[in-house]
Amino acid sequence: MNVYVIIGSGAAGVSAAQAIRQQDSAGRIWLLSEERAGYYSRPGLAYVLTGELPERSLFPFSESDFRRLGVQLLHARVVRIDPAWHRITLADGKTLAYDRLLIATGAAARRASLPGEDLDGVVKLDNLADARRILKLCRRGRRAVVVGGGITALELVEGLLARGMSVAYLLRGDRYWHNVLDETESHIVEHRLTEEGVRLYYRTEIAEILGSRGHVTAIRTQDGRTLPCDLLAVAVGVQPRLELASAAGLHVERGVRVDEFMQTSQPDIFAAGDVAEVFDPLNGRYVLHTLWGQARQEGHAAGLNMAGVSTPYCSGIAFNVTRLAGLTTTLIGALGRGDDVDLVGVARGDSETWRQLPDAIAAENHFEINRLRLLLGETTLLGAVVVGDQTLSQPLQRLIAANADITPIRQRLLQPGARLGDLIVSFYEHWMKEYAQSAAPRPT
Amino acid sequence: MAPRTEENEFFMLKRLFHRENLRRQALYQGHVTPDPLRCVQCGICSYSCPIEIDVRRYAWLGQPIQDSYCLTCGECVRRCPRGVLRFERTNLFEIIQPGSTGLENRMAH
Repeated sequence: MNVYVIIGSGAAGVSAAQAIRQQDSAGRIWLLSEERAGYYSRPGLAYVLTGELPERSLFPFSESDFRRLGVQLLHARVVRIDPAWHRITLADGKTLAYDRLLIATGAAARRASLPGEDLDGVVKLDNLADARRILKLCRRGRRAVVVGGGITALELVEGLLARGMSVAYLLRGDRYWHNVLDETESHIVEHRLTEEGVRLYYRTEIAEILGSRGHVTAIRTQDGRTLPCDLLAVAVGVQPRLELASAAGLHVERGVRVDEFMQTSQPDIFAAGDVAEVFDPLNGRYVLHTLWGQARQEGHAAGLNMAGVSTPYCSGIAFNVTRLAGLTTTLIGALGRGDDVDLVGVARGDSETWRQLPDAIAAENHFEINRLRLLLGETTLLGAVVVGDQTLSQPLQRLIAANADITPIRQRLLQPGARLGDLIVSFYEHWMKEYAQSAAPRPT
Repeated sequence: MAPRTEENEFFMLKRLFHRENLRRQALYQGHVTPDPLRCVQCGICSYSCPIEIDVRRYAWLGQPIQDSYCLTCGECVRRCPRGVLRFERTNLFEIIQPGSTGLENRMAH
């Protein structure tokens, strides 16, 4: 009987446990969680902050679900992996032997490296404890400053707003998320934030965090301004949690390096999720993903391989759905990615292609804002941004993933004022029919 | 941004009616269907279901909400922050493999 140990109970870990159980009904599966809360929806924390969701609803599986799956949960921190002896050491000194090990420790928020960072009231949004801390601070304070970029920064801004805080959002550059969104999209987001009462500070960086009696009271900017605040939220990107893997002597680059079977440089040790660095055949290089969907797929593949079913994993197109200032937004393909440290995909959408972008706004009225941006390659779609109405996002996702030949509509897409949505919809319907008829296997 | 023309308004209205139409169709011949690739299991769907169907579980499995009690009220569709759920006419005779995680058939496009 095989013993499987999974370090980390996030999307990758749980998905791996399920995949293992699918293949191996007798094996023993340990799912180790450093957090007492165990498995919960980390992206859901944003909605706990806004008050849309009570904390108790964050848990997709109950304890009995895990029991039924035959997974043993263990709240413990792993301090050491010993590959030679096939065992791990826990913080309380106990050891656990494994036949196959999965490292799914995820990623943690980067520190801002600012003087005063350790003051009470300086927060990040990494886990449930952070969300609880923020909500507690919101009950006491009134003024908040948010610094950073990407999705997490906006989640913090929106959460703090919803909790009645007065929010200042500091941006280093000229606009929000400049490496993924185009100017119009950034402008839409910024405009909506301003309307909600957020004060935006452009080209502003923090020089120092000021405090009194251990609690943050203000920040001082590099251009000498002082903004009083009771809470400073930092979201400057994430970093894979590599300590265990490094100490165990595994091959580690920016993440834990895995092969196409999700195996690390050591036999019987696998990695998946935010911590793993997987090979992306599209770019020909190793990439980090910090996406729930990818973590789940990687975990699934790792689980199958751990159970002895050899399953190569192919990293799909970069894909994410999020809500930016209240607008559902889908980002597909070559657009760059969520945090400024890893700009995967940019290499593919070369500058020529980027300059050919048709830029169109589908429609706008006082209910909602809809926007569609397509990134056209020579014969295929390379990427798309869908803001607002999501009708088109699934067709686009499929067309991009399948590298569909869009030559028939390419010229029409490039015409000024082209009705992109209608063109895509009719092309997609046609393509699906052909696709269904062709005997070719579905491209992945 | 495109100017707000009568033509644009016409298309907005058309889309609005189209959606309502889909909803009505779903009432008698369809289901709420998830796209598991978009789902992050936050649970807003399950939380907002008036009759406490665990919609999130269906989304994890990549299965349409085949619960005979589902009212197709659309509360989960409307509240999902990531556009995971939609009304779709589904083939009731499509066999869903028991024990499948939904990953194989839904995620590998």
